Amino acid sequence: MSPEPTVRPRTLAEKVWDDHLVAKGENGSPDLLYIDLHLVHEVTSPQAFDGLRAEGRPVRRPDLTIATEDHNTPTLAIDKPIADLTSRTQIDTLRRNAQEFGVRLHSLGDVEQGIVHVVGPQLGLTMPGITVVCGDSHTSTHGAFGAMAFGIGTSEVEHVLATQTLPLKPFKTMAITVEGTLRPGVTAKDIILAVIAKIGTGGGQGYVLEYRGSAIRSLSMDGRMTICNMSIEAGARAGMVAPDETTFAYLKGRPHAPEGEDWDAAVEYWRTLQTDDDAVFDAEVFLDADQLEPFVTWGTNPGQGVSLNERVPDPSTIIDPNERASAERALEYMDLEAGTPLKEVRVDAVFMGSCTNSRIEDLRAFASVIQGQKKADGVRVMVVPGSARVRIEAEAEGIDKIVEEFGAEWRFAGCSMCLGMNPDQLAPGERCASTSNRNFEGRQGKGGRTHLVSPLVAAATAIRGTLSSVSDLSEPAARETVEV
Amino acid sequence: MEKIDILTGVAVPLKRGNVDTDQIIPAVYLKRVTKTGFEDALFAGWRNDPEFVLNQPAYQNPRVLVAGPDFGTGSSREHAVWALRDYGFTAVLSSRFGDIFRGNSGKQGLLTGQVDEADIERLWAAIEAQPGVEITVDLIARTAAIGDLTVSFSIDDYTRWRLLEGLDDIGLTLRDEEAITEFESRRESWRPRTLPVK
Repeated sequence: MSPEPTVRPRTLAEKVWDDHLVAKGENGSPDLLYIDLHLVHEVTSPQAFDGLRAEGRPVRRPDLTIATEDHNTPTLAIDKPIADLTSRTQIDTLRRNAQEFGVRLHSLGDVEQGIVHVVGPQLGLTMPGITVVCGDSHTSTHGAFGAMAFGIGTSEVEHVLATQTLPLKPFKTMAITVEGTLRPGVTAKDIILAVIAKIGTGGGQGYVLEYRGSAIRSLSMDGRMTICNMSIEAGARAGMVAPDETTFAYLKGRPHAPEGEDWDAAVEYWRTLQTDDDAVFDAEVFLDADQLEPFVTWGTNPGQGVSLNERVPDPSTIIDPNERASAERALEYMDLEAGTPLKEVRVDAVFMGSCTNSRIEDLRAFASVIQGQKKADGVRVMVVPGSARVRIEAEAEGIDKIVEEFGAEWRFAGCSMCLGMNPDQLAPGERCASTSNRNFEGRQGKGGRTHLVSPLVAAATAIRGTLSSVSDLSEPAARETVEV
Repeated sequence: MEKIDILTGVAVPLKRGNVDTDQIIPAVYLKRVTKTGFEDALFAGWRNDPEFVLNQPAYQNPRVLVAGPDFGTGSSREHAVWALRDYGFTAVLSSRFGDIFRGNSGKQGLLTGQVDEADIERLWAAIEAQPGVEITVDLIARTAAIGDLTVSFSIDDYTRWRLLEGLDDIGLTLRDEEAITEFESRRESWRPRTLPVK
């Protein structure tokens, strides 16, 4: 859709926004934006479907809507009825709603079931220049394709189901430029943890982030998704990467990717989705990839992170009183002493999964480190693929065998211990190195303590039992890493 | 949605920053399929602590939460708004809000007023000098007042108008039905479809 010709240089985010304007807001009212793709899951949708039913409204575009079961689903014995009755009710409710409103649903056991943010890209539904929403804050993941993708609340889910649009105020734009080359053992996850530590959990509020620079360009789609996924942890609703050959190569041939003339027309348009040279961002942040080390969080928000080689920070050195109080509370909750080297911190569990890091490349990276090793005594290690299809793909490569020989659990797909809505939870006081996205108090189970890490750090930690990077592993063979 | 203009009720000081929506309502409470009845889930991780502010006798039946910076960050769960509303809160004041939480609030009749951090400190001092004191939040004037202390808050014009009028978003959007249909007629064929075209 070409809007009126414009000479004003625009950012990628502004271009996608302009191309979805149904009605321009006047006198302080928001713009009305068209939504190309609406992803639905069981947790944030029941009250939205109820609202439609109460008003006698249909789903306007079931052909732009797709649902999957992920948050509540068990990762063991998936052929049995779900034991937790409230979880089962929520899943049953989604199934009834999908049936009644004509929405395509991938249920537990289906080959396309999985975490909503793994399923969309994998099917080729997520593509450059589209708008994507879902009742889940990690919808920002899809921005990796150059889509405008953001999480919405249940009222907005109902709104999109009813109208296929959303009233929205334009976001401000922030460029996050990461230049340089990542050292071996340093990954996309470390980039985003470093970005959040730099700008803080509120630093991106009101912005769409655009990740740019040579370090971002050299990442695979899986790596870009990891980065965009955690934009929300910096307070930004959306994060984007301009599409390029890497994006097109990933998409080509996927089940819902355009074909033939449609493909050519799409690619021609997608190539225009670069931020114009003269476009101005409302804010800019720079990060040097050459200097980056594996990162880890020590606190209870994703901004409380440092390089793994460092020590637990001393709150008394923090000037901002709110930040200081937050750090003091965090250390108490995490049961950590200021000054302790992070590499001396012992863990009880390792969680490899979540919409941040559960794609095939994440599993390959994890497997490359643990191959031929045994997990540390007393550490529980759980590996949860992001989707049923990722699980099948991994099994075809023998990753399930590597995981099981290591002494870890190979599970079925879902959100699992990222948020512990299913039985996969930490016990009170348990400490976990987790490839997920949130280290909030109680996130992985009441009283559980979370350290956010990359798949490579998770693997090295599972081997040594203390927070570790691959460079801490003594056997040279184990140092081989896969680029993520 | 009920209209809001001027409301008066007990103010509660929540002297913590970075209260994310996982703290407002932990994930285990998200399994319900109803839109009400979440009052027991509000701040569930902290409610066992007798020292927690909502457990103190002075702060029973509260109406306005005066919170530290970055309130409502993290997960998109609208349940956070429902839990606050079901507990009896009609307004939250903070120096910064999570974007999604703030959007959700406006759609559910929970007023979120952005107040300077220094003014939040003043409000906390005024409340703690007289626990259980009432605060008046005036959406028309965009002010919050306890006794002689009046501070101003910001809220965008559009949300304010919708709260004042008690307007439902979907109804408003459907007035643009023709524009939506016209937009759809121009939608390129390469754009994604989840189902075969009918």
